[in-house]
Amino acid sequence: MKILVCIKQVPGTNKVEVDPVTGVLKRNGVESKMNPYDLYAIETALRIKEKMGGSITAVTMGPPQSAAVIREAFSMGVDYGALISDRKFGGADVLATSYTISQGIKLLGEFDLILCGKQTTDGDTAQVGPEISEYLNIPCVSNVSTIVEVQKDSMTVEMDMTTDVEVVKIKFPCLLSVDKDIFMPRLPSYIKKQATKEREIKVITLNDLEDKDEKHYGLNGSPTQVERIFPPDTNTHQEIWSGTSMELANQLYKKLRELKFV
Amino acid sequence: MAKLVVNQSKVKNIDELISICPFGALENNNGELQINGACKMCKLCVKKGPKGAIEYVEEEQASIDKTLWKGIAVYVDHIDGVIHPVTYELIGKARELAEKINHPVYAVMMGHDISNQCLELLHYNVDKVFVYDYEALERFKMEPYTAVFEDFVNKVKPTVILVGATTIGRQLAPRLAARLRTGLTADCTILDIKENTDLVQIRPAFGGNIMAQIITPNHRPQMATVRYKVMNAPERNPYANGEIIQCNIAPEKLESRVDVLDIIPKEKEQFIEAADVLIVAGRGIKKSEDLGMLQELADLLGGQLACTRPIAEAGWMEAKRQVGLSGRTVRPKLIITCGVSGAVQFTAGMNNSEQIIAINKDANAPIFKTAHYGLIGDLYEIIPDLINQIKAGKEVVIQ
Ligand SMILES: Cc1cc2nc3c(=O)[nH]c(=O)nc-3n(C[C@H](O)[C@H](O)[C@H](O)COP(=O)(O)OP(=O)(O)OC[C@H]3O[C@@H](n4cnc5c(N)ncnc54)[C@H](O)[C@@H]3O)c2cc1C
Ligand SMILES: Nc1ncnc2c1ncn2[C@@H]1O[C@H](COP(=O)(O)O)[C@@H](O)[C@H]1O
Repeated sequence: MKILVCIKQVPGTNKVEVDPVTGVLKRNGVESKMNPYDLYAIETALRIKEKMGGSITAVTMGPPQSAAVIREAFSMGVDYGALISDRKFGGADVLATSYTISQGIKLLGEFDLILCGKQTTDGDTAQVGPEISEYLNIPCVSNVSTIVEVQKDSMTVEMDMTTDVEVVKIKFPCLLSVDKDIFMPRLPSYIKKQATKEREIKVITLNDLEDKDEKHYGLNGSPTQVERIFPPDTNTHQEIWSGTSMELANQLYKKLRELKFV
Repeated sequence: MAKLVVNQSKVKNIDELISICPFGALENNNGELQINGACKMCKLCVKKGPKGAIEYVEEEQASIDKTLWKGIAVYVDHIDGVIHPVTYELIGKARELAEKINHPVYAVMMGHDISNQCLELLHYNVDKVFVYDYEALERFKMEPYTAVFEDFVNKVKPTVILVGATTIGRQLAPRLAARLRTGLTADCTILDIKENTDLVQIRPAFGGNIMAQIITPNHRPQMATVRYKVMNAPERNPYANGEIIQCNIAPEKLESRVDVLDIIPKEKEQFIEAADVLIVAGRGIKKSEDLGMLQELADLLGGQLACTRPIAEAGWMEAKRQVGLSGRTVRPKLIITCGVSGAVQFTAGMNNSEQIIAINKDANAPIFKTAHYGLIGDLYEIIPDLINQIKAGKEVVIQ
């Protein structure tokens, strides 16, 4: 079975702030890490491979340094890795990102199963998976909470629909976005890390893709544009109370009565 | 086509410029400033850098005829015919936007045996309800639902499509957006519209500490998802208005490579989204037993208990009770946060609540910027006292 996992490098902290005076973004700490939700996708791939055999390829789209997440995937047990990277891919929104990744996947070959994480902690849209599935014209199920069974030409999974759980059978090739907690992700192994140190990561640039038209990638291929960014609103009508605990409790009780909650 | 061009001669201090970029997209390549693939085109380097050092160059591109697209369409989200309330909230928002540009409001519903539901929608001030009623559409399946939605867009050409960010909406909207090759903005918290029909989509970005205003200037339809309880629900009209339009689609478009084998009902859960009053436990709570005190307060106020992420991560409360960016969005009438610092990832999930009361012993805690009433004090002293007063007050009323 050929499995592909989509993973992304995200900022290590989310403490990006806008300086209220200058309007400049302040960056505290630039370290990066693997999107935590993608660890579950990798783990799912490893578990399926352990049962069914085959190989796992991890792919990421991002700047050159994001190859680090492919290395991490190797040390968890992933077999092959590819980095889709080109200056021309910068500024991509969901549509352009999904298109670029789907172009990259086409280049890497045919896969029975493509796995995505639930969402990223920076993009945070949970949309890239379903959009890739559309570009590849394969069926897709999101919110996968359990893998019930993997058959020869299809698999049975549980999709969490909030009010109920659907057990669905989906034909290969297909794409699944897996929920957090589907499996407990294993830790990277030091031995695997050493063993895969020299393993090649295939780099895919615009020139390698089937569609080489610059207009379809990066900012130019993105229908949405960020017009401006600004700090979130803070509340303007507010009262701050201080005093002894007893005074505060009294004041709060009076307020709750006034607001008719008691 | 647009791009950033670096004029090396005008770059005086490379490191200073590099530090402007919040995304690490500027690099020093042997003394030359380079832009790498991490660039998000926020253009801060253009605005904040030395004049002319980095230029934003835009080439003319053919613009689309926006007048060909008319109407604000809302996807009617339902499971087995039970309409998700986010649908009504979006219809209310759609009406507001539609008035500004003088467009109609549409609802699109696909499912099976749904005529009563469509009649009900007419009580919420929609101009037209487009219905696709087929057995194959009984349960949500991505492929047939996308095909139906595409059919609707081709026939009606709405300028805006709003979809609830539910389990279904989060799958259907992106698949449709990719098929239509158009933009989709997830989890918008504010929506507005310009005279030229460009939808103004505002959402927390980069982890929630910043708001981004996003537009889709040269594509139609424009698509956005919105979470439940972010917009206001409109009142139900006693009279039905508007018309229902039955639509047809070729049966082969309703085929799917996914089969539903079984549906397992979940226990009826109490969702924190539904509560009018929420008491939130933060890390100011020292041990799990102390949650009992907050539960008692919640019971006295007819509310429910919720928590911040560290409390859920510690396993003291279930993940589904977590409020925030990676938890649930809530909008109760009253929310009392106890020992919560007020990180943006938390407040993003609750700042639309009607009354926000915060108890924190640190006067500098950011939660005080979000709260309507902030109590600087120790929750371990204030809460028990408050509980006693409420109990005593109840007795007074009974006597
Ligand atoms: C991508 C991302 C998503 C996230 N999503 C979420 C999310 O959905 N929900 C969420 O909650 N967090 C989320 N977080 C985490 C968030 O950034 C904060 O770390 C978290 O909200 C802090 O929780 P807290 O306020 O309970 O704890 P702390 O920040 O530790 O605050 C505890 C507060 O309690 C006060 N305190 C202590 N003792 C007392 C006392 N006796 N009486 C009164 N006050 C007292 C302290 O002064 C302090 O302000 C996310 C983070 C990231 C990066
Ligand atoms: N740049 C990327 N490279 C590879 N996979 C990605 C990328 N962005 C998103 N994904 C995949 O899509 C999922 C959803 O991401 P998002 O839509 O950004 O929340 C992630 O968990 C990844 O599996």
